[in-house]
Amino acid sequence: MNQTPYRLVVGLEVHVQLSTETKLFCGCSTTFGAPPNTQVCPVCLGLPGSLPVLNEKAVQLAIRTGLALNCKIAEVTKWDRKNYFYPDLPKGYQISQFDQPICGEGYLDFPDPDAPETTQRVRLIRAHLEEDAGKSMHDEVHGRADSKIDLNRTGTPLLEIVSFPDLTSAAAAKAYLTELRLLLTYLGVSDCNMQEGSLRADANVNLHIPVDGNDIATPIVEVKNLNSFRAVERAIQYEAGRQFELWKQTGKTIKDAPKQTRGWDDEAGVTKAQREKEESADYRYFPDPDLVPLRVTEAMLSQQKVVLGESPSAARNRLQVNLGLKPYDADVIVSQGQSMVAYFDGVVAGGADPKRSSNWIQQDVMRTLKENDLSVEQFPISAARLSELLRAIDASVVDNTRGKSIFQYLLEHDATIPDAMAALGIVQVDSSEIETLCKELIDENPKVIAEARAGNAKALGSLIGAARKKNANADAKVVRELLQKMIDAM
Amino acid sequence: MQLEILSAVQLGAMIAKREVSCREVSKYFLDRVHQFDSIVSAMVNVFDEATVMEQADQVDSRILGGEKLSPLAGLPITIKDVLCLEGLPTTCSSKMLQNFRPPYNATSVQRLIDAGMIVLGKTNMDEFAMGSSTENSAFFPSRNPWALDRTPGGSSGGSAVTVAAGMSPLSIGSDTGGSVRQPAAFCGVCGLKPTYGLVSRFGLIAFASSLDQVGPFAHHVEDLAAVLQVIAGHDPRDSTSLNVAIPDLTSGLNAPLKGLRVGVVREHQDHPALDPEISKAVQATQKLLQSLGATIEEVHLPNSRHSVATYYVIAPCEASSNLARYEAAHYGYRARMTTEASSKSSTSGRNPLEEMMVVSRSQGLGEEVKRRIMLGTFALSAGYSDAYYKQALKVRRLIANDYQQAFQKVDVLLGPAFPTPAFRLGEKIDDPVQMYLGDQFTVEANLAGIPAMSLPAGFTRDGLPLAIQLQAPQLQEARLLNVGHQLQRAGLFEPKIAGLV
Repeated sequence: MNQTPYRLVVGLEVHVQLSTETKLFCGCSTTFGAPPNTQVCPVCLGLPGSLPVLNEKAVQLAIRTGLALNCKIAEVTKWDRKNYFYPDLPKGYQISQFDQPICGEGYLDFPDPDAPETTQRVRLIRAHLEEDAGKSMHDEVHGRADSKIDLNRTGTPLLEIVSFPDLTSAAAAKAYLTELRLLLTYLGVSDCNMQEGSLRADANVNLHIPVDGNDIATPIVEVKNLNSFRAVERAIQYEAGRQFELWKQTGKTIKDAPKQTRGWDDEAGVTKAQREKEESADYRYFPDPDLVPLRVTEAMLSQQKVVLGESPSAARNRLQVNLGLKPYDADVIVSQGQSMVAYFDGVVAGGADPKRSSNWIQQDVMRTLKENDLSVEQFPISAARLSELLRAIDASVVDNTRGKSIFQYLLEHDATIPDAMAALGIVQVDSSEIETLCKELIDENPKVIAEARAGNAKALGSLIGAARKKNANADAKVVRELLQKMIDAM
Repeated sequence: MQLEILSAVQLGAMIAKREVSCREVSKYFLDRVHQFDSIVSAMVNVFDEATVMEQADQVDSRILGGEKLSPLAGLPITIKDVLCLEGLPTTCSSKMLQNFRPPYNATSVQRLIDAGMIVLGKTNMDEFAMGSSTENSAFFPSRNPWALDRTPGGSSGGSAVTVAAGMSPLSIGSDTGGSVRQPAAFCGVCGLKPTYGLVSRFGLIAFASSLDQVGPFAHHVEDLAAVLQVIAGHDPRDSTSLNVAIPDLTSGLNAPLKGLRVGVVREHQDHPALDPEISKAVQATQKLLQSLGATIEEVHLPNSRHSVATYYVIAPCEASSNLARYEAAHYGYRARMTTEASSKSSTSGRNPLEEMMVVSRSQGLGEEVKRRIMLGTFALSAGYSDAYYKQALKVRRLIANDYQQAFQKVDVLLGPAFPTPAFRLGEKIDDPVQMYLGDQFTVEANLAGIPAMSLPAGFTRDGLPLAIQLQAPQLQEARLLNVGHQLQRAGLFEPKIAGLV
């Protein structure tokens, strides 16, 4: 696959905003979009004399995530202060975790973008809890620089998930991030909304270039400001090309330059160097004396194990192995989220054929959801009802075409399948009626029958139309089959 | 009647029995504040008379209504200006917070108010509680009422002065390395630093979070017990506050000391800097304890010689981070940026915002505070943290272990609170190291997290207060107070008001 003259090496640092109702160290709301500085209190404003109190819910969500990411969960974890000055950091330090993160090493398997039926594994270094900073807004219109600070976000709990540099392409980075987001939404630990900043990624990128049998590594660059999955992919691609060109020009290796921070400019499609000063920052980490170390008990672990639920990869596997779906189909359903999997499971549990269920969900259900901008929870046809419809099709009570009409009807009416059929004038035709119908057709169309007997399979087609004229409810497939059988027996 | 010499507990009982009204008592002390504060400069901000009287009248009407109030209800108190209090600025005696009005009360302050106490005002201190003389106040130095050319000690100097001069029967301060006990010693009053975590730190403006504790000042040991009883106890807003049941601290005050094992720390008693008169006071206390049935034993704290160095690494490290929030962007002093100052930013390589922060901090914080911020920043920096901060944490553990071992042999430790009686204003202010070295007998209790108390022990030939210190194992405040109360009853000291008229 890799035709470049280098190997790309990427590690991601992902900041996930945990969906707690209140902040990490105070009782302020974390709801997004409130007017600036309305969700603040003395604690998150860092007023003199205020003290942090840990939100246990954030710890629970971090443990749940760590378990799902196969991380070693620390027995004892503690809080450290990361000291730096910035106006959106009102205490002058961020409460984070330095050397005893709540989640230790782990890994995540994600679908290989180059070979979707297999997976790749990214190993994780750690995942730690920390509080978010506020937001600075710089308004530089009319030549006067005016900065405003919104501290609503200050103190919101973040889980920073740091991967090993195991990712070897921009597509793999994107695929990992996609799987991570899916997993986090399955776990219910974050809404992972990138527009609202609930999921933020920084990429550490460099190249290993084979030269005379040895690998030469280029200086590591941390790319920030990646606000979408596409940005992650594009920025890594861009950075790979840039680093290779730079290496060709300067020959600089990892030994010649410290780690550099560059920001992604999405419009220009380039990374730009950020101030050198920020990289050399000494954060003077030390244990926060306002907080006590936290012992993670067995009870805390088992409480989270119970609520872990099925991971996306387990769901994919189950849909393939137990229900016989193709990997692609399983992935489409699983990628829609846990509620879609539950909906699918509900349809199958009602007795419908899994493959037919998968097809209908991927086509009719998902199209309707998309067209009407609905979530599956809002979908008007319950899984049980759809299952009933698909069983009717499975049993040839109605044909596929009639099935679609019933589906459309059910979108607007809360009705049973028989009621829907009645309302639509769809009547199940019994087999003796079909037999009489077919006999009539044979008697009335000797010419066509002769053609059919001579081996022209298409000839029967004209009879289907005639059959529908005689009885609109006749199932075309059933009529065709019976006609063939009667002709064969002649 | 001279109310200022009564024990607060006695006075409280009189108020409860309506022998005197809260209004009369509050007016009496507020008048003394007005009378003497121009001499001793103990107060930073005082509530106006109307506000004080309104609080007093409320208590009186509750008593009149037959309500059963706390034994301290109706008693006036002063509060060190490091504790947040609504209604007045809370300044930490710093230009940085000169106009800071907290929108909340410290938990300890709230508990006093809930107990029906009448807050008179806020007392002067070394800026951000950094100092041993109250000379580091950004506003003015306070004066020792026993000798006006001497310091009252610090950092809670103003609190000690208000009690010593009879301006208030009670006060609370904070003690990070001796800031309650040393000014109490200098001013001839009792001062207690409780076990770390016993009193909530919520609303106590942080100097060094792992060492800071709130503690009371009074003329009588039983009053220390009564105030501690009110302010001690778990607070869900302070994660480091201990979730333990608080025993009745007053019921055991009169227990006899027979069989009490008292340790005298060799390293303290032999210290070359120890003033002979103080050494004698410790010996006299020893004899007094023996006469009460206690046994005396010599104990060793081998790591004692490292305590000042350890303290002056850990406390500045924490302070450098705790005081980072005073960066002028959100509240507090902000320098007026002249065009000259702004243009400096182009030469300093700082952007205008950084320049504003740097200038504001330079102007808004005093010399000692900046010195400690720099010390702490240095000691936490990459490459130095292992040698200083982390090393200091290890030594802190050793010092705590020394105490633990000593307390296996004895029940309390007796020794000096400070090497000398009150020194002169200006005497040490230009020699910070000499100033720091004075803290050697007090910082250990903070490093080990144990309770410690300083008690008056007579006067020098020159009429300056002498003091001793008692220390006890963690959470043994009741024992400490029992010993102190018995010593007071046996005549170790008699509460005296410094005469200022």
